[in-house]
Amino acid sequence: MDIHKFLTPPWETAQRHGPHDRIVMSSRVRLARNLKDAAFPGWAKKPERIRIFDLVRPAVESLPEMKDAFSEAMDNLSALDKQILVERHLISREHAARSTGSGLVMSRDELFCVMINEEDHLRMQALRPGLQLRQAWSAIDLLDSELEQKLPYAFSNELGYLTACPTNLGTGIRVSAMLHLPGLVLAEQINPIIQSVNKLGLAVRGLYGEGTEALGNVFQVSNQMTLGENELTIVERLDKVLSQIIEHEENARQTLMEKKPKVVYNHIGRAFGILANAHSISSKETMNLLSLMRLGVDLGLFPGMERALVDELFILTQPAHLQRSLSDKLSPEERDLVRADMMRDRLKNVSRPMVKRLEPPTGLDKSAN
Amino acid sequence: MLCCACKEKPATVHLTQIVGDKMQKLDLCEDCAKLKGVNDPTSFSLADADVLFGLGASQEIEQAAGTETKCPHCGFTQADFKKSGRLGCPECYTTFAEGLEGLLKSMHKGIRHIGKVPEPLRESREKADRLKLLQKRLAKAIDDENFEQAASLRDEIKHLGSRGSGLNVT
Repeated sequence: MDIHKFLTPPWETAQRHGPHDRIVMSSRVRLARNLKDAAFPGWAKKPERIRIFDLVRPAVESLPEMKDAFSEAMDNLSALDKQILVERHLISREHAARSTGSGLVMSRDELFCVMINEEDHLRMQALRPGLQLRQAWSAIDLLDSELEQKLPYAFSNELGYLTACPTNLGTGIRVSAMLHLPGLVLAEQINPIIQSVNKLGLAVRGLYGEGTEALGNVFQVSNQMTLGENELTIVERLDKVLSQIIEHEENARQTLMEKKPKVVYNHIGRAFGILANAHSISSKETMNLLSLMRLGVDLGLFPGMERALVDELFILTQPAHLQRSLSDKLSPEERDLVRADMMRDRLKNVSRPMVKRLEPPTGLDKSAN
Repeated sequence: MLCCACKEKPATVHLTQIVGDKMQKLDLCEDCAKLKGVNDPTSFSLADADVLFGLGASQEIEQAAGTETKCPHCGFTQADFKKSGRLGCPECYTTFAEGLEGLLKSMHKGIRHIGKVPEPLRESREKADRLKLLQKRLAKAIDDENFEQAASLRDEIKHLGSRGSGLNVT
C-alpha cells in the first residue's frame, strides 16, 4: 500500500478542529501493552520479533476501528516515508528507526495508530484535534478492550500491565497534548509555568528541536507516573493543568496587546516580512516565524487568512514533507531555497498584518468553547 | 565537565529537570547522548535517566540483587538492565522484584497497580484480592483468639479456593 495515497493531504489535516484548538493543537493518549510469555522487542531475537509481529498484526487489523486501515511492516517503508510519519506525529522517532519484525497499523481517519514491536509489543494511540483528552482516552480504552479479547496480555495483579521500561509500568498510559504557547514565550513567563507543571509530576518538553529548545513555541505536556493511580485520575489531572495553561496563555496574549502592542506587532510583522519575501530559509526559522504568524491570526491581524494555512505550512515545510514534493534528492541548502520559494508563493495573496485591530481582541473570545 | 556516562569526553548535552522537590541533572557527551537516545527530546525524560545511567535511585537495584541474577525465563541480567534501562521480558519483574521496588517507588505514585484490568483476568484478580483480605482477617481473628470467626473465615477461604481454576497471582 502506498502511504502517500493513504495519508490525508496536509491542507485537510490542517482543517481538523477541536475545542481550544487555537492553543491546544492535539490531544493524544497512548497505551503500552505486551504479550505474556514473550521477550520484549528490545531483547527478543529477530525470529521471535517476527513471530510476535505475525501474531499481533492480524489481531489489530481485525478490529472494527481498523476497517480499511493502513498496515505495513517497517522494512517495507522507505526512510523518507518513515520520516513523514514522524513529522505527522503518527509514529515515534524510535519506531522509525526499526525495520524487520516491526510495523504499524493506522486507521483510515488517522485517529488511531498502533505501533507493533516498538519498545513494547504494542504501542497504541488515539489522537484527537484540540483539547479532547477524555475522548482520546475512551477511544483507546475501547480499542484496548477489544484487543485484550484476542491477545494474552502480560499483566500482574500487583504491577498491572508489564512494560519493557519500568517508567511505563502499571497503566502503561501516556496522556499528552501539543500546545502552542507564543504568548507565554514572548511574555517570558514560560519557564515558571514549566517549573510549576513539573512539580505536579508532569513533563513539559519542546516538541521540535534538540534538547530543551522548543521550536515554533510548541510544547508537549504529558504525565510521567503510570503506576499507583488509575487512568482517569491521570487524564483528569492533565486536563485540569491544561485548562490552567490555556488561561495563562490567553492572559499573556491579552496583557501583551495591552501593554506592549509594539513588541507584538514588531514580531509578527517581521515574521510575515521574512516568510513572504525570503529566498532561502531553514526549517527551524520557518517554524519559529510561522508560530508568530499563527499568533497573528489568533489576534485578528490577518483578516481573511485562516489558521489552517499556517498549520498546513507547518507540516509542508518540514524536511521530509518538502523532500517528498520534489523528484530529486536535495541537500539541506537546496531545500532551504525550495522552502522559501514555496513560502513566498503560498503567502503571495496574504495582506501584510494590520496594526489596528478591527475586532475586539480575540483573546477574550471564550465562545470557542 | 566530563560526560557522566563514559567519563571520558567533555559533556556538551545538559539536561535539568525538577520533579517535586527533586532536581536531576545530567551531563553527557554527544556520543553518549546519541547512544542513549537523549537527542530525541520527544521521547526522553529524566525519569528515564535514572534508569539509563544508574543515577540515584537505580543504584538500589544493584545493592539489592548483589551478584548477577539472571532471569530464568529470558536470560536477561542486571548488567543488561544497566546498559539499556529496559527489562527482557514480563517475567523479569518477578526475577528482579526485590531490586526494582526502590526504583518503582522513586518513579511512581505507588507501587501497586490501580486501574484497568484486562477483562479475562478481572475475576481472578478480584478473587486474589478477596483471598488476601480474608487471610488477613483470619490472622487477626486467631491473634484475638476469636476462634468462632476464624473458623468461618477459614471455611470461606476454602470455598473461594475451590471455585474455578487456580489463582493467577504473579
